[in-house]
Amino acid sequence: MLRLDGLTTDYGAVRALVGVSISVEPGSVTAVLGANGAGKTTLLRTISGLVRPAAGTVSFEGLDITRARVEDIVRRGLAHVPEGRGVIGELTVEENLRLGGLHNRATAAKPAEIYAMFPRLEDRRTQPATRLSGGERQMLSIGRALVARPKALLLDEPSLGLAPRIVAQIMSLIRHFADSLGLAVLLVEQNAASALSIAHRGVVLNLGRVVADQSPERLLGDEQLRHHYLGF
Amino acid sequence: MTNFIDLTLSGVTSGAVYAAVALALVLIWRATRIINFAQGAMLMLTTYIASAVITSTGSYVIGFGAALASGLLLGALVERVLIRPVENAPELTAVIVALGLYTVLISLAGMVWGATPRAFPPAFSIRGYDIGGTHVLFAPNDTFIVLVVVAIAGILALLFRFTSLGLQLRAAAFNSEVAQLLGVRVGRMFTVGWALAALTGAVAGVLVAPSVFLAPNNFDPIMISGFVAAVLGGLDSPPGAVVGAMLLGLALSYVGGYAGTALVPIAALVVLVVVLMVRPTGLFPTTSERRV
Amino acid sequence: MSSLAAAVRTGHVGTSTLARSLGLVFGVALLLLLLSNWLGSYHELQLADGAYYFAALAGLSVLIGLSGQISLGHGAFMAVGAYAVMVLVGHGWALLPAICAAAAVCVVIGVPVGAAASRLRGPYLAGATLAFAVGLPALADRFPATLGGENGLTINPPAVPAWLGANFSLEEWQAWIACAGALVVLFVLYNLVHSGIGRSLRAGRDDEIAASLCGLNVARQQTAAFTISAGCAGLGGGLYAAVLNLATPSAFSVTLSLSLLTGVVVGGLGSLAGAAWGAALLVLLPTWTTSLAGSLSLNTNVQGNLPFAIYGVVLIAVMLAWPTGIHGGLRAAARFVSTRRRRR
Repeated sequence: MLRLDGLTTDYGAVRALVGVSISVEPGSVTAVLGANGAGKTTLLRTISGLVRPAAGTVSFEGLDITRARVEDIVRRGLAHVPEGRGVIGELTVEENLRLGGLHNRATAAKPAEIYAMFPRLEDRRTQPATRLSGGERQMLSIGRALVARPKALLLDEPSLGLAPRIVAQIMSLIRHFADSLGLAVLLVEQNAASALSIAHRGVVLNLGRVVADQSPERLLGDEQLRHHYLGF
Repeated sequence: MTNFIDLTLSGVTSGAVYAAVALALVLIWRATRIINFAQGAMLMLTTYIASAVITSTGSYVIGFGAALASGLLLGALVERVLIRPVENAPELTAVIVALGLYTVLISLAGMVWGATPRAFPPAFSIRGYDIGGTHVLFAPNDTFIVLVVVAIAGILALLFRFTSLGLQLRAAAFNSEVAQLLGVRVGRMFTVGWALAALTGAVAGVLVAPSVFLAPNNFDPIMISGFVAAVLGGLDSPPGAVVGAMLLGLALSYVGGYAGTALVPIAALVVLVVVLMVRPTGLFPTTSERRV
Repeated sequence: MSSLAAAVRTGHVGTSTLARSLGLVFGVALLLLLLSNWLGSYHELQLADGAYYFAALAGLSVLIGLSGQISLGHGAFMAVGAYAVMVLVGHGWALLPAICAAAAVCVVIGVPVGAAASRLRGPYLAGATLAFAVGLPALADRFPATLGGENGLTINPPAVPAWLGANFSLEEWQAWIACAGALVVLFVLYNLVHSGIGRSLRAGRDDEIAASLCGLNVARQQTAAFTISAGCAGLGGGLYAAVLNLATPSAFSVTLSLSLLTGVVVGGLGSLAGAAWGAALLVLLPTWTTSLAGSLSLNTNVQGNLPFAIYGVVLIAVMLAWPTGIHGGLRAAARFVSTRRRRR
């Protein structure tokens, strides 16, 4: 459903992505791993249109979205939860959720549905998002991405700054959504172990290039690879 | 000879006008993080247009409407054509563009209408009320000014807080990237923000024109006062802008009454410098520390 | 100025820079001498105008370009300089000491203003200096006895010294005075820009936090830069007084400050040669528009406002073409060239 072909992106004077080709199917989780600066965040930002690639294509459901505008890409059903959660702190929880559905009011999920998935959020619905804990913010950011009933979900380091127990919760939720909603999920993570535990495929980036694209079992089994690129 | 009550009342009136200008500046700052130094010139232009319409149709209401409409249009046009290209550029770039716009508009007005000040009709009588035998220097027109500004501020507040458009405007202002990722047409929101701000400024122009007279540079002082009021209240805070404007209006009125009108612009400058030195985030700060 | 002396003492200003600046100044002086010999009276005055504009523009250009601080109030500093000369000469002072005093007054005023300015960021600084520019001329009305109110102050034109001969025109003498002042500014600023101080200013402009972590007292340097540029503007104002012999509040309005801004933006922020181009623009454009207006029979309203309309359009056009500023545009171009070279 989501295909990247020879994607090449510059970040200032640095070439952040070089010839990246990945394909993500509906109902599956693809983990994107690698050290800091490997180009993982740039990858997601290129897909969602925040950054224009220098070469290569991104296609979504058969449509070329390489040069489309961010708002249009999002309206087609691709949701991106950026680094740092991407909640708007000055707005309340409920306003953040409502915002996610404004461009598609007919089919969007009502906040009530999200609260059913994340009861903790309902307790805080009228509080500004800055008051939420890290874990709650992550839930909110995923929740508001789901409001628009997307078909693909890009997640940038959802485990960042969260306690291991919460990370496990979030990861299992992500896998659950992929399975039950048929989402194509591209999950960028530094925490390779937890990402691979829910992924169907693992892609490793190093200095902007894809150096491995295999099943989680094969990746975890390859000691040299693990050491070199994943740090464990 | 200057009556304290009269000065207070006139301070309230000028405070209302400053509030409208300050609100315009705050709207634009919140949306696009730019201080619109051309605000005074923009509202000068819309007031000239209103004056021309009033003269040709003989109706104040139609002229007022013309000011509002031209404000919306001008704000949208300026954002789309001049500001959009520099929204992500260093701060100074937008400052210089705004100043360039200011210069163009002032020169344009001078070319079309000349520098001779013109009269602008007030909406209502400017003869002060007689309350219980005393004559106060507060007139029906001043009541009109205060009510209109309160109405505009109220409408804007309702718009932002309770409508979907308002939610999108706020989202685009607080975090345009995340708003984009939520499908908000951020560019369109910026244009709307500027249009609303220019509308608010246009109102200020029409309200204050009867007392300052219509000439290209005559709106500069209220632009400065609106800016000082916005900084005083906190550039991110619309209620702050109103409070700051009221305080400033009263303060400048007293200065003008007791120390002479020539010192009023200097007094505004002093207030600005004091605020920026002592409490730069203003009375109602909302922004966070600069992250290193 | 003391920081300059200290810089020379501690060797921050290389002797080669000093020598180069002296060479530059002498070269330009020679050029101006030949030029003024050749020009007629009308153009002598234009040369004089260009010289006092250069003094103000050079200071402003260094301020914005090197230290990253924008000032919309330099017209007000010129006003202070001009009025200072007017008042002092009116009290019997000779012209040269009066001009020096005018520059000194602006340096003194520049210290607290600069200290305040160093604590303000871009748009706030712009707003504060704009308020300064709008508010200061109003003071002339507050003290009409000393400052002459709306009508301003006048002085007698400077007397041409006897040793220049009876045929030496007043205009040429005024041009000499103005050019001499401009050359002083050129000397001072050239040394400033090309010294360690200049480098520190640029460091403070580009990344304040990194610079202070390197031990640079950014605030103090920015204050110094502001003070020096205020002094240059004051000197420019003093030269203005020597040339025009008349100072009115309306001559030093916001429009002047914005014209100065246009001059430095067009010429290139931070560049002394750019300040010269800017001065040429400010002198020649009004002349050109006047003759254009005459040939097109435009009415006086249009004619009077045309130069400023053009300044506004120029400001907008330059900023839209180079959103990172001309300086940023040059840096981007340099980077582009070097990455190209690296890839081969």
